[in-house]
Amino acid sequence: MADARPPRTKPYADIPGTIVFDAEQARKGYHLNQFCMSLMQAPNRERFKADERAYLDEWPLTEDQKQAVLERDLNRCMQLGGNIYFLAKIGATDGLSFQYMAASMTGMTQEDYAAMMAAGGRSPEGNRFTGERG
Amino acid sequence: MARITAGLAVSHIPAVGAAWDLGKTQEPYWKPVFEGFEWSKRWMAANTPDVIVLVYNDHANAFSLELIPTFALGMAERFEPCDEGWGPRPVPAVHGHPQLAAHLAESLILDEFDLTLANELQVDHGLTVPLTLLFGGPAAWPCRVIPLAVSVVQYPPPTGLRCSKLGAAIRRAVEAYDEDLTVQVWGTGGMSHQLQGPRAGLINTPFDTAFLDRLSTDPEALARTPHIEYLREAGSEGIELVMWHVMRGALSAEAREVRRFYHVPASNTALGHIIFEEPDGGSEGRDTQEGSPR
Repeated sequence: MADARPPRTKPYADIPGTIVFDAEQARKGYHLNQFCMSLMQAPNRERFKADERAYLDEWPLTEDQKQAVLERDLNRCMQLGGNIYFLAKIGATDGLSFQYMAASMTGMTQEDYAAMMAAGGRSPEGNRFTGERG
Repeated sequence: MARITAGLAVSHIPAVGAAWDLGKTQEPYWKPVFEGFEWSKRWMAANTPDVIVLVYNDHANAFSLELIPTFALGMAERFEPCDEGWGPRPVPAVHGHPQLAAHLAESLILDEFDLTLANELQVDHGLTVPLTLLFGGPAAWPCRVIPLAVSVVQYPPPTGLRCSKLGAAIRRAVEAYDEDLTVQVWGTGGMSHQLQGPRAGLINTPFDTAFLDRLSTDPEALARTPHIEYLREAGSEGIELVMWHVMRGALSAEAREVRRFYHVPASNTALGHIIFEEPDGGSEGRDTQEGSPR
């Protein structure tokens, strides 16, 4: 059935470098996030580490989602419906800190990211609206 | 009768819990964080309530995406710290107050808040890190704690105004409870932080400072802050600040700020903390060695 209404614009769509985990993202990422949740149990972590591909194949994920996990591309995981609190379970399985995971999404090195935080963090100036820096 | 004696808010950064658990509190990075809570710990020791209603959010630990309750009240006698992937925090189990929780559930539902009631609930760093910051590392927590989990992982969380109204309803319920109990309400989470995407690491100190000021002097208008403002100004995870409005809404107009602490950075986050006392809250023995609490 055709829906004549234009797609609803999300008021947060113009925040740069940010994916808001709303109902639409949650729907897309349901199985991806539930896969992450399964890594809270030690036996599952062991099985995942032993053969990541085989473990991922047990879940109804898209091929894109599986590849994003295998490559630890957290930004891609988020685009495909992942949520950072769930994705953090992958980092925990890899023995990585939350700050390491955050840094990996910014394109900065871990050292540069930590230095930015120590200096007071990323300023909101120029980071509120997409394209505001021209 | 039961009464609310004080309210406080505090960030619940997991790395702060890990720093405590691993004995890193004297390291240069963490020392100012823990020193910032010395005054508050003395205040807590002098003002320990019988029960804390502790407003926090779960971070994909007790709740997956299977069920997403907007407000879940912990009804149990006991809540164990959960394994978030690095092993459970080595902190005591949390003891609830099933009688008061049952009264709150009944009162709040009849007051038109559609709660989820949790008879089994493991608690994550969102609840245990605030306890560590205010009580340190006792063998057992010195009072009862009723967890109130607010959904802030999937957007949208409840509005600040709804949270404030829930706080006011908690106050009405506490004041109608027929036992002489002292109760504090804690709001946790925040302040500005973003953990995801190329904008990760966002910190907005002017926003946080204004939020603390207005929480003190203009809480009703502050509770009407639209979600988009938190997302844009305080980062995608800064929206946890809606939970502070539950605490503030539970206090009277006469409550006054007695302590504030703010520190950047703690891991990825701006750490904020504020304490409000009710005029009859009973602050005898309060330590004022440091002079002005601010």
